[in-house]
Parts: sequence; C-alpha cells; structure tokens
Amino acid sequence: MALNTFKDLNPIQMDVLREIGNIGSGNSATSLSQILSSSIDIGVPVVRDLEYNEVIDNLGGPEQVVIGLLIRLSGDIKGMMMYLLKENFANKVTTTFYGKKTESVLALDEMDRSAICEMGNIMASAYVNAIAQLTGLFIDISVPAFCADMVGAIMSVPAVEFAEVSDRVLFIDDMFRVSDDEIRSNMILIPEMESLELLFKKLGVEI
Amino acid sequence: MSIVNVGIADLNICTGDNSLATYALGSCVGICLYDKNKKIAGLAHIMLPWSKDASKTDNMRRYADTGIWELYNLMKQCGASFPGTVAKIAGGAQMFQSNSAVFNIGERNVQAVKIVLNKLAIPIVAEDTGLNYGRTVFFDAQTGTMQVKSAMNPTKNL
Repeated sequence: MALNTFKDLNPIQMDVLREIGNIGSGNSATSLSQILSSSIDIGVPVVRDLEYNEVIDNLGGPEQVVIGLLIRLSGDIKGMMMYLLKENFANKVTTTFYGKKTESVLALDEMDRSAICEMGNIMASAYVNAIAQLTGLFIDISVPAFCADMVGAIMSVPAVEFAEVSDRVLFIDDMFRVSDDEIRSNMILIPEMESLELLFKKLGVEI
Repeated sequence: MSIVNVGIADLNICTGDNSLATYALGSCVGICLYDKNKKIAGLAHIMLPWSKDASKTDNMRRYADTGIWELYNLMKQCGASFPGTVAKIAGGAQMFQSNSAVFNIGERNVQAVKIVLNKLAIPIVAEDTGLNYGRTVFFDAQTGTMQVKSAMNPTKNL
C-alpha cells in the first residue's frame, strides 16, 4: 500500500518513527553536551505524532513567542525539520559561548542569532547522522533559517508547505539538565511520504 | 460582547457588538469583509493562493479563491450588500528569509487575495501585509476596525 499521508501509517511504522526520534535525540544531546562542555542529564525524549494545533498548544498557544530554526532535508530523505526553542535555550547558548544573558528571544542580535543557528546546525547534523547510520541512506541538511516570533506564525510555514501531505507532524520533546538548568528543546520532523517509504524499506519494515 | 474565533483555513461572520479573531497569521492571510450599514463582519483565514493548484480538496476554505468566495456568499445570505461591503486584509509575511519560491508563499497569497477581491468588486480599504513578522487580527463588527497585533511591533488599528 502506498503511503499518502501520516494517517496511513500503522502502529508498527509509528513505533519505528518514534524509535528513530529517540536515537536521533540521544545523538543530538551528546553533541550539545560536547559543545557546552558540561555534562548533561538527558531525559527520555517524548516522541509523538501531533496535529499542528496540538504542537502549538503544547508550546503555550499561538501567540507564545519562540525561536524557530528551519532546516531542509535533501538527498535520500526529503522533508523539513524545525527546532522550536524558548528563552532558556537561547540564554544557555549565549551565556556559555560569550557570557551574555538573554532575557527575551525578541531582543537577540546578529551574533546571538548566528550562535543559536550554529547550535541548531550541530544538533540537526547529529540527529540526521543517527538516521543515516542506521539506514545507510544519504541525507543532506540546509543551514538553519532563523525566526523569532509567535509560534502560530512560525508553524504556518511547514503547515502551508505540507498542507497537501498531512496535518500531522512528528513532535519530539527533549529535556536536558545542564548544571542545574532545565532546558527544553522541541523539534518537529516532517519527512515526505516517498522518503518514509524508502526509510521503512531500508529498515525492513513492511509497507 | 463575544469574540468568535476563526481557525486556520476557516471562516466565520458576526454582527452587532461582537468581534472576530484569528491568531498568529504567518504567511497566511486574514480577509475581513464589512458591511458598514448593516454591521455585518466576516473573516476568512486562508493558507494557499489557488484551489486549482491543489491536489487535495477536502477543505476549500484553505485557498484564497474558494475561501473568499464562500465568505462572500455567506455575507450575502446574511443580508450584506454588494456593492456596499469593503475589505481589510492582513498577513502574508515571509517568516524565514530565503530565495526559494515556496518561502515566498505569503506574497503569492496576498496577490491571489487581491485578484479575487478585485473580481468580486470588493474594494480594499486597509492593508497590513508582507514583511517578516506574524500578526494577530481582531475585527470589530460594531466599528469595522481591524486591529493588528504583533510580537515586536506596536498594535495598529486599521
């Protein structure tokens, strides 16, 4: 059976996707700890398939201001991943890298934005590497594009682009503890359906 | 007085001392229609420009052409006069800077909305579109004021 939307996935396939989410998150957290050069306690990532509006509610409603880092996937797996980050993540990056306290994601300057984008780039690379190693597929990622604004407006970008594919996305909720600070990193992953078929095929999952 | 919420790819109308609201428009466009004499207000929240380019037709309110058309018909059924009804539009931002055509969907949405409104001979009397930030829209049926809020810019009453 051809996969047309996320709704066509059976429970086993959903489990596989969630497990891939877990493996990617672990890799990503390891790279985060290396960069921040402190030990990190990693919580078990929660991976769910949610509708866009459920993702928005999960992050505090449509008008909650967050940072969106948009990364495009190309190669064998095509699609989009997007990090959705709040103040405390930005603050951790800017204080660790150059001792600057961040209070609002709306007040970030060029330097801060570029540091956060680099962080996103490293996390996304680690994430995608995990999937690539597991499957033997070639996946390339774009440099992250940055936007700090209302989460509803940010989420409209993937919602519009994938409107015809699905109203659901894979939502990955990571909790880290870095020297007494709890940091949450949220990511959504939207692979194109053809890429998913290929991914399942490589992993020996029946389609 | 109550506020009627309009979700993504949805539309609604209200009258009297009520208002309509739609939250966090990014590249989407909010289209407010208003009959001043009868105090009938309508609001549509569209995501994509043209229904003819769609492969999925489960929700026609998603597109500028079919969405505005449905709102127009609903306004007419409720007694709004054409001519006599005006439009105010907001949204159509480019949230992420890039050269890719998909990213510029906001601009294409605004263009489509203008073409459709022009075809229906509905004049656009106020507009807050484009640029690179999200907008929340409140539309007051009593006064016809479109209030546009954003995260980092002052609130506008149009």
